[in-house]
Amino acid sequence: MHPLAQANTQPLPVPQVDWRAIAPELALLVAGVVLLLVVAFRPGAGRSLLAGLTLAGLAVAAALTAWNWGLERVAFEGAVSLDGITRYATAVLLASGVLATLMIAQGDGPEGEPDDSPPEVYPLLVFALLGMVLLAAASDLLVVFIALEILSLSLYVLAGETRRTAAQEAAMKYFLLGAFSSAFLLYGIALCYGATGTTNLLGIARASADPTSDGTLLLAGVGLLAVGFFFKVSAVPFHMWTPDVYQGTPTPVTAFMAAATKVAAFSVFLRVFSGALGGLVVSWRPVIAAVAAVTMLVGAALAVVQTDLKRMLAYSSISHAGYLLIGVAAAATVPAGVSASLFYLLVYAFMVMGAFMVVQYVSRLGPPDDDAVRERSSLDDYRGLARRHPWAAGLLAVFMLSLTGIPPLSGFWAKYYVFLSGVQAGLTWLVVVAVISSVISAFFYLRVLVVAYLQEPAGEQGETAPGRTPALGLALGLAGLLTVAIGLAPEALISAARSAERILG
Amino acid sequence: MLLTATLFVPLVGALVVAFVPEANHRLARLVALAASLAALALAVVLAARFRTGEAGFQLGQTAQWVPAFGVSYRVGVDGVSLPLVLLTTVLTTLAITGSWRMADRPRTYLALLLVLETAMLGVFVSLDLFLFYVFWEAVLVPAYFLIGSFGGQRRVYAAVKFFVYTLLGGLLMLVGIIALFWLHQKATGTATFDYEALVDFDKAPTTQRWLFAAFFAAFAIKTPLWPFHTWLPDAYTEAPTTTTVLLAGVMSKLGVYGFLRMALPLVPDGARWAQPLLLTLAVVGILYCALVATMQRDFKTLIAYSSVSHLGFIVLGIFAFNIQGLQGGVFYMVAHGLVIGGLFFVTGMLEERRGTRRIEEFGGLQQAVPRMAGVMLVLTLGSVALPGLVGFVGEFLTLLGAFLENRAYAVLATLGVILGAVYLLWAYQRMWHGPLEREENRALPDLTGREWAILAPLVAAIIVLGLFPRPVLERVEPSAQRVVEQTQASSP
Repeated sequence: MHPLAQANTQPLPVPQVDWRAIAPELALLVAGVVLLLVVAFRPGAGRSLLAGLTLAGLAVAAALTAWNWGLERVAFEGAVSLDGITRYATAVLLASGVLATLMIAQGDGPEGEPDDSPPEVYPLLVFALLGMVLLAAASDLLVVFIALEILSLSLYVLAGETRRTAAQEAAMKYFLLGAFSSAFLLYGIALCYGATGTTNLLGIARASADPTSDGTLLLAGVGLLAVGFFFKVSAVPFHMWTPDVYQGTPTPVTAFMAAATKVAAFSVFLRVFSGALGGLVVSWRPVIAAVAAVTMLVGAALAVVQTDLKRMLAYSSISHAGYLLIGVAAAATVPAGVSASLFYLLVYAFMVMGAFMVVQYVSRLGPPDDDAVRERSSLDDYRGLARRHPWAAGLLAVFMLSLTGIPPLSGFWAKYYVFLSGVQAGLTWLVVVAVISSVISAFFYLRVLVVAYLQEPAGEQGETAPGRTPALGLALGLAGLLTVAIGLAPEALISAARSAERILG
Repeated sequence: MLLTATLFVPLVGALVVAFVPEANHRLARLVALAASLAALALAVVLAARFRTGEAGFQLGQTAQWVPAFGVSYRVGVDGVSLPLVLLTTVLTTLAITGSWRMADRPRTYLALLLVLETAMLGVFVSLDLFLFYVFWEAVLVPAYFLIGSFGGQRRVYAAVKFFVYTLLGGLLMLVGIIALFWLHQKATGTATFDYEALVDFDKAPTTQRWLFAAFFAAFAIKTPLWPFHTWLPDAYTEAPTTTTVLLAGVMSKLGVYGFLRMALPLVPDGARWAQPLLLTLAVVGILYCALVATMQRDFKTLIAYSSVSHLGFIVLGIFAFNIQGLQGGVFYMVAHGLVIGGLFFVTGMLEERRGTRRIEEFGGLQQAVPRMAGVMLVLTLGSVALPGLVGFVGEFLTLLGAFLENRAYAVLATLGVILGAVYLLWAYQRMWHGPLEREENRALPDLTGREWAILAPLVAAIIVLGLFPRPVLERVEPSAQRVVEQTQASSP
């Protein structure tokens, strides 16, 4: 009998449904659908109602995550796994979702200008989060792909949510390059399936340990998977889209992208490479380490010459992706690599979102201008910020110093932990490269402080008051407080990351 | 508790100062002065309770901080760090007094000075390598803002250069600390950054060389040793006077203290391996910076270079690896702090009066401001190391130590003593002696009461400790002896 026909005689396995395992995802799904219905049937619904509903949905999802906290199991025949990475990443993702909601609720226009972001941003944000949370839990390559598409499609639309030319351009670029990277990923999945006969990560782990399997085909698949992930985390040389997209996208969305996309993408990166492909570590570690080194250096070096804060933060995020890749490279043999990466993601999410919140605050100071191609985020807009808006400048200083890695702020511990895992994995050379990159990065983080603190305000024409910013103020306060508090007392969150080291499936 | 209180009183003071109403300069000054005086008083109590003759750490405190990383809060003082703690509290109090009439954002300035005090004290008393690193980097932030926000014309350049240069060294040290921690964990199974635990376990000699290189990067830049000193003249010259006093008086000691406290006991084989290099750099630095100082026209820059030159003697003493050199090195740290602090204070007072720092603008000042000239003479002679003043004891002991270790270095370094006399006395002669030619110098007011309050304690300390160095030396000796033993006794 033909082998294909033979295969057909076997009954199709129907996965057992495990509702509890995907409860947070379901909550987000319901929240997204409700929001969509509200937007569709109540077009006049106020910003605060939508934001409130979004926050309520996130709260329910967070409660369900807490309910699932102790679960350690694989559900849906290995398609979804509940382990430390899942719960840690979900918590961080939901927290950054809350901050992003607050930022969006504030709107990004100066006072008096009608808010031009459509009400659909709220459901889109929730759907993007759904994709991210699912991605963090995915332990089957097909689920990985589906989750990635859910989050990407939502983000493409979010990137173009305003009518500014730059935002439209950013959305288009993001879409084209994102589609390109999805193709790579899909091709990689196909090759892995061809080599191992399964898309399940546990199955791939077993097959890759089997010496009789087709090593070359699998390695080709792994390479393409890596390319797909490198795109998503914007590692060099697949980083080209990042600066343009970050700069053009409305600031609240940029903040969300910078923090949450990284969390989700690195969670799956860790799970696939350190978990399923851990047996092939000898083959992929040199590649990841090399990409990490180049990413850190190129990101930092290009950030130095930027004159726009959003663009600079984009390059800085590239450089931070490099630090995170140290954790990924280390994670296959050193468990601390997993917890270091998770802790880094947590810390990074708060400090980078905080930095973008200050950007949003400053862009509100600009003159109302309908033709503005992009937001006010040039470094010149920050001149003398400390004299005019001491609180905003103080928070900016906290975030910049934390991103530089100055103790005792949170960014320092994150960097330290990643460096430690690198040294433990025998990647000391990579850590030295990271140190050099940190020093380069100090130049541009300091430059922001030089402009904000050490330069006199340029005669401000037509600067408007920022107006009342309760939502943004709350978000800024939270991000600043967390950055300082985690810096002073990191123990609890590090222990939580430690307990998340074991990768299931 | 006492030590912890000394350490954090300035920080608490800084927080209070930061929340004083902006317009109320007077209240900000009083709070800042009270905080610095409180720290000084606590440091004096600390010194009184200190048990002379013991080599180990005393009056300490230990608490958990981040057990997941093996990081603890552990502080304590021994004979090496106690004098430096006192020096820091004294100079900060004087610096705050010296900033009394500052008109530009005094609240921010004073708060930053107090934060800087806590950070520097923390470096001196940390007995956990991680805590040490945290304080080490924390020094950067207030210093950066003090230079960059309040300095002279090229302040931004100077501040960024200072920050980036020091950060580079610090991060390389961090890699060294991580490696040391990891080696210890592999060897013993316990994850700890505890200073004594990391000193006590065996490290392979080749590993020690790498580790020493990592520490060297941080300490050589911070000290600074020639040729890593290029950030210093910019930073010292551009910083406002009272900041320069703290940078030169205390912060420059962080680097040499690091060599003494960290590099020597932790990696003795590495230190011995690098000894010729360190001695050479020290001697080259002494001579080179003395020559450069001779040619300066700006007397603040001149003193900045003289500071680098004199720090070479301290490094020379420390790397002699004998009791004379180490004891002399520690004593010289204190002496240097007192003298250089005084010199920069007088510099600032002159600049305040005349608005310039160029040596040729002055001449014959002795006739116009005789009291100031007298104080300056004591400070200059203290810096030249006249017997009977504080500089002599330190310089003599370090040279003696170096001579016992290797005569050539000592002989060359002695040339530096002569050069030091040349440029300092020549500058003194050009500025303070001779005819009073310029009209604008004639009407300069002499020292005010507040200026006396700053300079008198320094002059008194310079004379008293020069004549009776014993109280300091006898406290330093056991601890220095312990470092000598740690350096000599190591794996074969």
